[in-house]
Amino acid sequence: MNTKNAWELLLFVILPYVSLTIFLLGHIWRYRFDQFGWTSRSTQLYEKKLLLLGSPLFHYGTLLAIGGHALGLLIPASWTEAIGLTERPYNLLAEVAGTTSVVLIIIGLVVLTVRRAARDRVRQATTKLDLAAFSILWVMILLGFGQTVIFNLLGPGYDYRPTISVWMRGIFSLQPDVADLSGVPTLYMVHITMAWVYLALFPFTRFVHFWSMPVWYLSRPFVVYRRRRREALLSPGESKRWQTVGDPTRNERPR
Amino acid sequence: MQVQAHLMMVMVLDKCLGCHTCSVTCKQAWTNRDGVDYVWFNNVETKPGSGYPKRWEDQAHWRGGWKLDRRGRLKLRAGGRGQKLITIFGNFDLPAIDDYYEPWTYDYAKLIDAPLADGPPVATARSRITGRPMDLRWGPNWEDNLAGVKPADDPAAAGLERELLGRYEEVFLFYLPRICNHCLNPSCVASCPSGAMYKRASDGLVLVDQDKCRAWRFCVSGCPYKKVYFNPVTTKAEKCIFCYAGVTEDGLPTICSDTCVGRIRYLGVVLYDLEAVTAMAETAEEADLVEAQRQSLLDPHNPMVVKQAEKNNIPYDWIEAARRSPVYALAKDLRVALPLHPEYRTLPMVWYVPPLSPLLSGIGEAGYDPEDPVEVFGAVDDMRIPMQYVANILAAGDTAQVDDALRRLTAMRTYMRRLQLTGRREVALAQAVDMRAEQLEQMYRLLAVASREDRYVIPKARFEAGAALQSQFRGAGGRGGAGRSPRRGHRRERRP
Repeated sequence: MNTKNAWELLLFVILPYVSLTIFLLGHIWRYRFDQFGWTSRSTQLYEKKLLLLGSPLFHYGTLLAIGGHALGLLIPASWTEAIGLTERPYNLLAEVAGTTSVVLIIIGLVVLTVRRAARDRVRQATTKLDLAAFSILWVMILLGFGQTVIFNLLGPGYDYRPTISVWMRGIFSLQPDVADLSGVPTLYMVHITMAWVYLALFPFTRFVHFWSMPVWYLSRPFVVYRRRRREALLSPGESKRWQTVGDPTRNERPR
Repeated sequence: MQVQAHLMMVMVLDKCLGCHTCSVTCKQAWTNRDGVDYVWFNNVETKPGSGYPKRWEDQAHWRGGWKLDRRGRLKLRAGGRGQKLITIFGNFDLPAIDDYYEPWTYDYAKLIDAPLADGPPVATARSRITGRPMDLRWGPNWEDNLAGVKPADDPAAAGLERELLGRYEEVFLFYLPRICNHCLNPSCVASCPSGAMYKRASDGLVLVDQDKCRAWRFCVSGCPYKKVYFNPVTTKAEKCIFCYAGVTEDGLPTICSDTCVGRIRYLGVVLYDLEAVTAMAETAEEADLVEAQRQSLLDPHNPMVVKQAEKNNIPYDWIEAARRSPVYALAKDLRVALPLHPEYRTLPMVWYVPPLSPLLSGIGEAGYDPEDPVEVFGAVDDMRIPMQYVANILAAGDTAQVDDALRRLTAMRTYMRRLQLTGRREVALAQAVDMRAEQLEQMYRLLAVASREDRYVIPKARFEAGAALQSQFRGAGGRGGAGRSPRRGHRRERRP
């Protein structure tokens, strides 16, 4: 195995699985143990005007980008063709949607970053973890911006579906093949690698609020009532809740 | 019919002396933590005035509460469910910190650390948010006792500017203590996309599940009274909890009630029909909302109601407490209490007995015969606080409701005065306001001499419910929550 292969193995086989493992277990851990910290960490109370401008732009751009990535990476080209979406219209769609989302995200993120840096109240509410998360987000988005400009706007476009998408689906079917990635431009490779780092960080940051999209609000009764659960009253020590604390045999001591 | 029990509070505005003891003790108990420095679960406003947050009553601006759509059905004023989800990335109706006030502390260390100098050291004000020196321009009760108040700042005074500006010697004010109204039809709960806010079925309290809150902030803007607050440190919504740990679980009054110097607050249980709530909130005419809500309080002496309450698992001592309830007496039996801004259609469960105020001139001077029992009532119209202004706040603008309550209060005073001076029971006075003499005496006892047990009638939690109560304990835990150390990286009180 030569050095190049070792690096490829590390970045495009090992890193993805490590990242996905942390992503999955991290979410389970966080959901189980940190419900109280699971929020969007809004700072709107501190600053309203710039947020109302930047936040919707950024979020809608991001949702568009997530949809685009899912479509491009997870759905095989043969499927989209089967529903009549041939290569030319698909590429046109991808270019228009991709460019739109990049523009929305960049404008939104510039506004939000300026807001966070220039407004004292917002800046003091920024944690180190926030800074790390925002930095990686910026790098990834700039790389994506670079791809859009260099390949789609200035160049003829790069078709990643026979290469990156095949490799990506290989990861999920547990048959990753680095050879699929031969000939992929470096810019894409760096973008992908940053994405794995981002995903590994994801469950520990404010980004988890993505999973809390409250779609069930659409069908829920307006006013929520909670009733007390009917539970038998247990003496201290009888309940399982108490048994997790201290010596589990403390009630069994001989007299 | 499904009978439910609800805790309710009545405040007698005549007795409020504006001392802010309720606000301060509440703050000491619940909001003396990082992130809620600017939050007052209980605050006392001087009326007229813009209030806290500024102009909270202006729903054309804040869009809190409910309204009726064209078909006469309830609709959140800020928009429906779909609209909420579409605008979830930025809440246009959310007050910013400056609409409340920027919390501050003082640089006390200066007093000790300052080097020897000619002048005394000065502890300057510093923002509790950024730690920077700040200029104090607004605070939690900046307009106390009408300081700097312009009637134009008070949404309830719209159209009354001339009466309010009045003549300098006829100026008036009264105090309005406010807590969360624990509404029957809470728009904050309805606005919460996460379903983190809920009403406790057992006593009707509106609470926020701190573990389920995801900081979408629609509860803050959805509440027309602006009594749900956002804690920017924990990034969770917080609100008045009616001191439930003591109230419903140990039979104690809320801390605002217990420490009230003027003894203006009354606490008790009322029974209502859960199935009638929506119809009540959909009452077509705003002016009819007070009466609709009053009628919805079920008579705990009616055997049919009691039977149904038992069927709906209301514990015996709760029904018993509803029978002795001082709030039921003031709101329904004696009809002297009114809900705060019923036109928001949230059906608030904190009611107010409107203030009697000095007359513009003496009764005799104004041409009334102080000896004629019926003529005394004429004076109600001549009171210094314009009836319309009080009605805008407590009766959706319907002066008849305020007039009725004030006449009853006046009748009670006159009746008791005659009784004490002459020993005669002037039944005509009671009849003039559609009451019985015993009712006037009951009102007198409640308002003037009631002891602690009569003002706060709260049943204790039942022993059998102990385990269920324990399962509710979640605390305001987590990093930055009550009793925990502040979130790391969220810097406070930075020294320059």
